[in-house]
Amino acid sequence: MIMSTTQTNTSRRNFLKLAALGSGGLFLGFNWVGSAEAAPALLNSSAAAAIDFNSYLSIAADGLITIYSPNPEIGQNIKTSFPMIVAEELDADWTKIKIVQAVLDNKKYERQVTGGSGAVPHSWKRLRQAGATARQMLKEAAAAKWKVPVSELTTNNAVVLHAASNRKATYGELATDASKLPIPTEVKLKDRKDFKLIGKAIKNVDNKDILTGKPLFGLDFYREGMLFAMIQRPKAFGMKVKSVDAAAAKAMPGIVDVVTFKNNVAVVGKSTWQVKKAKDALKIEYEKDKELESSSDHDKIFQELLKSDKATVRRKDGDVEAAFKNAAKVVKSEYQCPFLPHSPLEPMNFFAHVREDGVELVGPTQTPDRAREATAKLLNIPADKITVQMTRMGGAFGRRLMADYVVEAAEVSSLVKAPVKVIWTREDDMTGGNYRPAVRYRFEAALDAQGNMIGYKLRGVGINSGNPTREHNFPSGAVDNLLIDSVEHESPISTAPWRAPITNFLAFAEQSFLDEVAQAAGKDPVQFRLALLDKAKKTPVGDIKYDIDRMKGVIQLAVEKAGWGKKKGVIQGFSVYFSHASYVAQVGEVAMVKGKPVLKKIYAAGDCGIVVNLSGARQQMMGGIVDGLGHAMYGNLTFKNGTPEQNNFNSYRLIRLNEVPEIEVHFVDNGIDPTGLGEPALPPTGGAVANAIFKATGKRLRNQPFIEQEPFKGVS
Amino acid sequence: MAQYKLQINGRSYQADVEPDTPLLWVLRDHLGLVGTKYGCGIAQCGACTVHVNGEATRSCVYPVSAVASSKVVTIEGLSEKGNHPVQLAWEEVDVAQCGYCQAGQVMAAAALLKKNPKPTTAEIDATMSNNICRCGTYHRIREAVKLASTKTS
Repeated sequence: MIMSTTQTNTSRRNFLKLAALGSGGLFLGFNWVGSAEAAPALLNSSAAAAIDFNSYLSIAADGLITIYSPNPEIGQNIKTSFPMIVAEELDADWTKIKIVQAVLDNKKYERQVTGGSGAVPHSWKRLRQAGATARQMLKEAAAAKWKVPVSELTTNNAVVLHAASNRKATYGELATDASKLPIPTEVKLKDRKDFKLIGKAIKNVDNKDILTGKPLFGLDFYREGMLFAMIQRPKAFGMKVKSVDAAAAKAMPGIVDVVTFKNNVAVVGKSTWQVKKAKDALKIEYEKDKELESSSDHDKIFQELLKSDKATVRRKDGDVEAAFKNAAKVVKSEYQCPFLPHSPLEPMNFFAHVREDGVELVGPTQTPDRAREATAKLLNIPADKITVQMTRMGGAFGRRLMADYVVEAAEVSSLVKAPVKVIWTREDDMTGGNYRPAVRYRFEAALDAQGNMIGYKLRGVGINSGNPTREHNFPSGAVDNLLIDSVEHESPISTAPWRAPITNFLAFAEQSFLDEVAQAAGKDPVQFRLALLDKAKKTPVGDIKYDIDRMKGVIQLAVEKAGWGKKKGVIQGFSVYFSHASYVAQVGEVAMVKGKPVLKKIYAAGDCGIVVNLSGARQQMMGGIVDGLGHAMYGNLTFKNGTPEQNNFNSYRLIRLNEVPEIEVHFVDNGIDPTGLGEPALPPTGGAVANAIFKATGKRLRNQPFIEQEPFKGVS
Repeated sequence: MAQYKLQINGRSYQADVEPDTPLLWVLRDHLGLVGTKYGCGIAQCGACTVHVNGEATRSCVYPVSAVASSKVVTIEGLSEKGNHPVQLAWEEVDVAQCGYCQAGQVMAAAALLKKNPKPTTAEIDATMSNNICRCGTYHRIREAVKLASTKTS
């Protein structure tokens, strides 16, 4: 049985049984002190002292192997896949491992970040070496004990074996001796054919705790003497606080204090519900500080920026103007997407206890290091005075890369001089900023008489978008004359990375536009892309930051599995995208039902190199597709005078179970070192769907959300 | 503030809270039963689903004053050892990604199967579409409900 826990037991709440009543017993509240009952996983832990072999694993004399997972768990299943890699090379018994979420520790670990689909590629070799090094030391200890050559020893399920003499010893028996040996500088890693765990479908190690309601998440963290806080932030982007009347709020039951800082008013009290009610009773006057922008303003701003002569050139190849002058045909199209909130189901929250001698931070964060640095800066103290304990995250999608909600908690704790958990309501979470930026693209393609794309132009404009292009992505490298530039508008509306930043919309726009160009050229959209890739291979233009053969590989796999061009009764659309070092191609399949297009199925082919955990990898592919589809279809955060017009799931629509099509996932098997999958499946989805819808209906979806465009407009 | 005696997971609890306090926050803040989750506070997402007299109920909008002598079951009390057929199916299908919504999903599915032990796909979809999974584990949720329906007698 796999035991999973966090490194400290302080997040476990302990309940105080005061009196028995009837058969069940009466429970009156609880105390806040940790105890054995509060940390059931610890009861099962080893009585023997654990011997650390390295930052990732320890082995106790009784055989219990503990593997530390340093990266924040967001639902990408890193807490399962990281230990799998260590256990593989250690040759441990997967069913008898304890997995522990490590706290932030820069001395032990290098990249405790969840973001950019970067964890597995960064740690693949490190984790393998950690396991293999310990395995080598255990073998050396056995060799010394039995006076036999190391080369005659094998390992299996946490046991070292010497076949010739029929001797064996468990890792636990060897751990003490092994730990005293010098650490080998070179170890042999397993051949892929010998993998027992990697590539298998291994279940989430936290399943049992998740399914029985154990306190795993930041919102579940409680501490003795802890106060609850909610913060009223300005109701519009561009507003600032003019005056605060907190008298009514302060007089409400359970309210301890109301403090104002940086245009925020924090209500601090003894329970969530009490502070929520008191927050609603605050009387705050605001005044205009900056422009109060509406979505209609953004539409106008986009048109101005598309005409702007102040754009930053991101990439320029050949002579674009000449190519367009000499073109037999020019295709031009614009695509636009709205702001999106991240909407993780667990809203923002964080626990902070600012004391004289240091700061304790506990909660859900994708970047504990950034949270610590930002808190150190706020409080003007050294970062090493701050500890950060990461809880499991109830989703994040990029939102918890920001440190704003951590710093707020630290600030409230320092103001009220008490341990505080700041909780955001759903409304706070949705209206609190750090959105996926709204962006508009203008694409232009020049075709010669044979339908070859001889020129390509992309202008990306966005609201606080940074560079909304990925100038070295496909089709760059495959077009002789190319110009990609961008210009952004600075807005009081704050933006942040959102799962597959920029490409979450750019891929849809680009892959839809290429579909338009293929159609104008009279070519099959798949063949059109393959021809561009062949050209990029034969006569590359400038930098090419993607692997042409791997991109062709996923295209071919998706097309083969979907029966592209061979099916009757359904209509298919194609899309392919390279992002975060992985490749994903998708085919969307639509059927016309009573004159309306119905999305029936999505075929997906992914290349992330070696699949570490087949169950988790399939989850990330399917979840990414559902996310991409749901937000393309429904996601829309609009503004009126700086205020978001949607603030909860009744006005902001998320995709639901009855709206997902069948999804079929395949992986390219090429043995290349693994890359991430948290993001790459999302970008191609919108294009695969929109291209199929176009083929089925002749209606080209150029703006998101689709639900507000033809042919979906008015369909519920 | 008022004293409420509550029957939860076969035990008696007592809480001293205001009458309008949603059951969700009584469970979480006052009784330490944090398996029931807050997602939206307006009965849209289903993360807070508990059973009240066997009915799947959104505890985020259910005031403690309305509970009275009703029997409440939360994820912590769905089974003695986490071995309710729905919990077992969820584990076997490996449904969870982040896991935050799954307690509510499990409670919704368990209530469905209690009333309708062999639901059709359409019936599963109709019930389970009331709960949001932001990670998009919907295919596995559907599969797990089907699997659980073969495990319930």
